[in-house]
Amino acid sequence: MSIKLDVELAGLRLRNPTILASGILGISKKILERVAKSGAGAVTTKSITVKPRGGHNNPIFIQSTKETFLNAVGYSNPGLKAAKKEFEDLSDFPIPVIGSLVGEDAEEFAYLAENIKEIGFKAIEIVLSCPHTPGYGLLGGHGTPEATKEITSAVRKKTKLPLFVKLSPNVMNLGEVAKAAEKAGADAITAVNTLGPGMVIDVETAKPILGFKVGGLSGPALKPIAMRCVYDIYKAVKIPIIGVGGIITGKDAVEMMMAGASAVGIGTGVYYRGMNIFKEVCDEIEEFLESHGYSNVKKIIGLAHRD
Amino acid sequence: MEIPEVLEIKSVIKENYKTKTFFFNKKIEAEPGQFLMVWIPGIDEKPFAVSFENPLGITVGRVGSFTTQLLKMKKGDKLGIRGPYGNGFKLKGKEICLVAGGRGIIPLAFLAEKFKKVDITAIVGANTKDDLFFVKRLKKYCFRIIVVTDDGSSGIKGFPTDSLKDLLEKEKFDCVYTCGPEIMMKKVFDICENYNTECQASLERYMKCGFGLCGQCCIDDIRICKDGPVFNSKQLSKLTEFGVFERDKSGKKVYF
Repeated sequence: MSIKLDVELAGLRLRNPTILASGILGISKKILERVAKSGAGAVTTKSITVKPRGGHNNPIFIQSTKETFLNAVGYSNPGLKAAKKEFEDLSDFPIPVIGSLVGEDAEEFAYLAENIKEIGFKAIEIVLSCPHTPGYGLLGGHGTPEATKEITSAVRKKTKLPLFVKLSPNVMNLGEVAKAAEKAGADAITAVNTLGPGMVIDVETAKPILGFKVGGLSGPALKPIAMRCVYDIYKAVKIPIIGVGGIITGKDAVEMMMAGASAVGIGTGVYYRGMNIFKEVCDEIEEFLESHGYSNVKKIIGLAHRD
Repeated sequence: MEIPEVLEIKSVIKENYKTKTFFFNKKIEAEPGQFLMVWIPGIDEKPFAVSFENPLGITVGRVGSFTTQLLKMKKGDKLGIRGPYGNGFKLKGKEICLVAGGRGIIPLAFLAEKFKKVDITAIVGANTKDDLFFVKRLKKYCFRIIVVTDDGSSGIKGFPTDSLKDLLEKEKFDCVYTCGPEIMMKKVFDICENYNTECQASLERYMKCGFGLCGQCCIDDIRICKDGPVFNSKQLSKLTEFGVFERDKSGKKVYF
């Protein structure tokens, strides 16, 4: 039996449902090409801001338990102008590249969306959910249904590309936030960003270890929260969902798709399994489908919602 | 676990006017060229090559504000250490040559200690006599040391790359190991290619996570922290950004 792994995501065709999540690796076209060669279905750039940002001081990424990472990168990126140069020619890129954009307010988000037009991004992801960068995401007040609606519609007016909105697991009324994004013209929801923030203190020096003191939680520990969030969002909206949070194995991906995700984001998983994680997760999804009698991965999307 | 282990500084040795070695009460096992992330609690964290493994020691030269702060640390002060990370130098053959520029001598001195059973020639380059350090340490393990300074205040006046060329005209090495300014390493690699000699170089980029996730230290599609920092001739020949540009803290390209 040949198993079909390709999925459709807001008009994009992905050869498989694995996507490199934003913030991990995506500093240059070349490293994204390596991720593509490693088997990903799509890749996301590091978030692009208008001006260059150095980000927070180190450490920006630490492990708190075997299954828990905390990060506070602080959106380091060389800015819009450099991003336009870095990604100016994506015509030969084998899979869709998703441009992650982040601004301080609706106007800045819209400016970014308008100004990356010449880049060959196949979709835009706007991030309304960072828990650890002053002025942005949750610390910029972007986590409410109102702000989500305002920012999403401002970006919608400036771009015809598929528009993904990345949400935070911190919000209890996540269904409402997702609905606000959908109503304002979003084509898909990316759920979730990191949780928290959390903190780790070194007891020898009594100092928080992360440079920014606090950071968003990722890794396998985030998975059950992400799972519930995707489940809630699937109930609330009709647009597809990219499920992100603790995806390490094909079984994790299957579970996330059963919760309602059409595709899965992989980030911290690269730590546990290296860049081959994309191919390995796909192989494991395929094995699962085969052993459970499914011929097409699309058939498991939202299965957990059946009565 | 990817988290700094906080260690007390056991002793401090002054190597020259801007370089010190800090020793800790800890043993590690490392390949020469592997690095540690060193955290000044509450300040910042940067990569340093392993200088000694038993007891663990790092050698710090003054470069910017972080190393200036680090050099103020005294016996009894605490630093966070994580690692060792990355892939180090690999021993190849029986006759090898080291080409060190400035602080590049740190991992190469450790290499000489680890590879002491083979014949080692070391070319040590520095700006002036005062910038030299570890020459005595190298003398224990190398049968020949060629000191080269920009101003001729010690050894030969000139560049280490010229000395390497002179050597390769007359003799053959199984492998040339280099660490130092990237422009120098690029030249060393080019010379080695011309003389059909294997080369291993330890590259440096602005580093953040140290374990291959953040992408900050990429050169082409290679992560210096995880896939490097040491690369052989075959790998170096594929790097189009080698000797061309690095990236700053934001990821912006800075050309050499």
